[in-house]
Amino acid sequence: MIKSAYSFSTKKEKIENHIVVVWVDNETGVLARVVGLFSGRGYNIDSLAVAEVDKKKNISRITIATSGTLQVLQQIKLQLGKLIPVHKVADFPKNKKTILREMALLKVVSSKARLEKARKLCKKYKYTILDKTENSLVFEISALKKEIDELVKKLQPLGLASTSRTGVVAMTKGSTIYK
Amino acid sequence: MTGAEILFKVFEDQGVKHIFGYPGGAVLPIYDELKNHQQIKHILVRHEQGAGHAAEGYARSSGKPGVLLVTSGPGATNAVTALTDAYMDSVPLVCITGQVPTHLIGTDAFQECDTTGITRPCTKHNWLVKDVDKLASILHKAFEVATTGRPGPVLVDIPKDIQFKKGKYSQAKILKKNNGKFNIKFNEEKDNIKKAVELIKRSSRPIFYTGGGVINSGPKATELLREIVYMTGFPITSTLQGLGAFPGSDSQFLGMLGMHGTYEANNAMHDCDLMINIGARFDDRITGKIDEFSPDSKKIHIDIDPSSINKNVNVDLAIVGDVKLVLKKLISSIKEKNPNFIESNKKEISAWWKQIESWRKKDSLGFVNSKEVIKPQHAVQRLYELTKAQDTFITTEVGQHQMWAAQHYKFNKPNRWMTSGGLGTMGYGLPAAIGVQVANPEKLVIDIAGEASVLMTMQEMSTAVQYKLPIKIFIINNQYMGMVRQWQELLHEKNYSESYTAALPDFVKLAEAYGCVGLRAKTPEELDAKISEMLSTNQPVIFDCVVDKEENCYPMIPSGKPHNQMLLGENDNEDEISEEGKVLV
Repeated sequence: MIKSAYSFSTKKEKIENHIVVVWVDNETGVLARVVGLFSGRGYNIDSLAVAEVDKKKNISRITIATSGTLQVLQQIKLQLGKLIPVHKVADFPKNKKTILREMALLKVVSSKARLEKARKLCKKYKYTILDKTENSLVFEISALKKEIDELVKKLQPLGLASTSRTGVVAMTKGSTIYK
Repeated sequence: MTGAEILFKVFEDQGVKHIFGYPGGAVLPIYDELKNHQQIKHILVRHEQGAGHAAEGYARSSGKPGVLLVTSGPGATNAVTALTDAYMDSVPLVCITGQVPTHLIGTDAFQECDTTGITRPCTKHNWLVKDVDKLASILHKAFEVATTGRPGPVLVDIPKDIQFKKGKYSQAKILKKNNGKFNIKFNEEKDNIKKAVELIKRSSRPIFYTGGGVINSGPKATELLREIVYMTGFPITSTLQGLGAFPGSDSQFLGMLGMHGTYEANNAMHDCDLMINIGARFDDRITGKIDEFSPDSKKIHIDIDPSSINKNVNVDLAIVGDVKLVLKKLISSIKEKNPNFIESNKKEISAWWKQIESWRKKDSLGFVNSKEVIKPQHAVQRLYELTKAQDTFITTEVGQHQMWAAQHYKFNKPNRWMTSGGLGTMGYGLPAAIGVQVANPEKLVIDIAGEASVLMTMQEMSTAVQYKLPIKIFIINNQYMGMVRQWQELLHEKNYSESYTAALPDFVKLAEAYGCVGLRAKTPEELDAKISEMLSTNQPVIFDCVVDKEENCYPMIPSGKPHNQMLLGENDNEDEISEEGKVLV
């Protein structure tokens, strides 16, 4: 039993996974502010994807896969909203209304036969071969995080030499957007 | 205009009258420009931390933002403690730092540091200015960010070449909305006010729990708070930072709550059925054991900062907005529906008041006085009695003396009480007193200090002497870091590890060395006369009040306990503090 005058809670709360999307001014240090907020307050970042999305307005979109209790997730959104360069914050639910995608580049270095085997494994997903030599292949895969995890695991014994992943990005389905 | 000229033009347009600062290589162009601006007075401190705390004292006692100007590298890093302190206690500061010339940034140049990187987590926002044409607009925005919404510190880092370069000046833009978060006023939504009135009407054990947000909202908020408390007849308690918003001598006031709050305030918080939090943030020194915090109450939380809602304690009704605007709506709504609320409600809450009075009878702030040695509580009480007729400003350091000051000095006006609550910065009080005195030149300003804390920023006495600021440093001297010693007594089997200062300076001689007045009181008999002597001295004074070395600060919520299990004194320690409790600070 923890007796606490302070912030230890004896209640065990459920940890949830969420996708938080943040629209920010594309200026020096903005990513450090967002990431620093997470590390400073002890929040988790499972993956992070960021790029400019509106050149005219100078806006970047940051997609953060995070996890925590509902109270923590609420805090993450409110604390992000306080940062000066942040325009808006949205919480994308992980359900049927959201499209989630992650892209990966996978390099397999192996014998011809095993490369062919690897290609067959990738068939299950949409893939493109970006580079091909006698003893290597570079696949581009766009899929769910879970699917890429699986594929990576399967490709490892076939000579997976290098993996590069973007982290998850998200979009709502239908005509709705976050205002 | 050069960058340095632009900086001063912004200061003038923003109504800045005082700057606290310390020169150095990377701010020399700015210091060179100072001579052309007679209406702006620069206060030269002895350490940049002192500049920061002085600016905090200035801001908290005047309601205007405090401005500090320091050089690059060590100048900036020395200011970090004060910036963090201001961030925790929501004090508006504008910190201007010099930086090495743009072309040297990133080369590990002399006195270079990543100032914006270092201060990112301890400011509301910061800027590194790389284009002189943007300097004016950035500076105006800095003032806006510091003073709007929940106030806080900002920092503008200006490389030396930008200070020399010629650029365009631009006026402050009044932005109604900027990225959707400045100028948070109050958006009434979803019948919030109506729901609050309903809860107020239905409660039979209500309490107001108010904090620094009321004071930050301005004098009007304080007036409205008094109005709503008097019109409802409800009891009110305050956090450390909220003291003075409601008169400390009023019978509806239960005293401060929290770890060293009164028995009646903490028990009322625990047993209430309606808690109305106005501008406070459910800090851990307030809540005690969070799982057992006020278990049976409905909670209303009024706060300007949306992230304060449900951060530590889940509430039933959140009203996000400026305290004065919310209170205005709330009061008119109560008046409209129940013009004679206090009378119709008296019966409802009479049993509650009876209960509170019975807690009050415990006299939890009581202590056993002595004729031989000065008890620290007695010293604060005498100081209060001898200064209450004047409009007095009190600052403190951090520790036992701070809690005794909060318990025994009664504040009847806002902006009279400046203390480091969130960060708990030893060494805050002396420089803060300097800032308070600069903002309030004719007023009595006293730093109720501890001998350990005050040594951390003692060098600022030199500043006080230079500018003829007659601050009074009232040192409650028990030769121990008293709060550390108290915790070691309670939790570490009286192993007083490193909490005794064996070689303290002679504070009277120290005062003389600084060129001010030193006084000492050793016995209760001479205390009043010495305090009077201090008060009649129109110079800075260091007052060495030699007190009982081993007095503890009570009442106290011990580690791991909720509000209703307070320790009232030495003989009240029957429950051993659990192993788990000891782990907690």
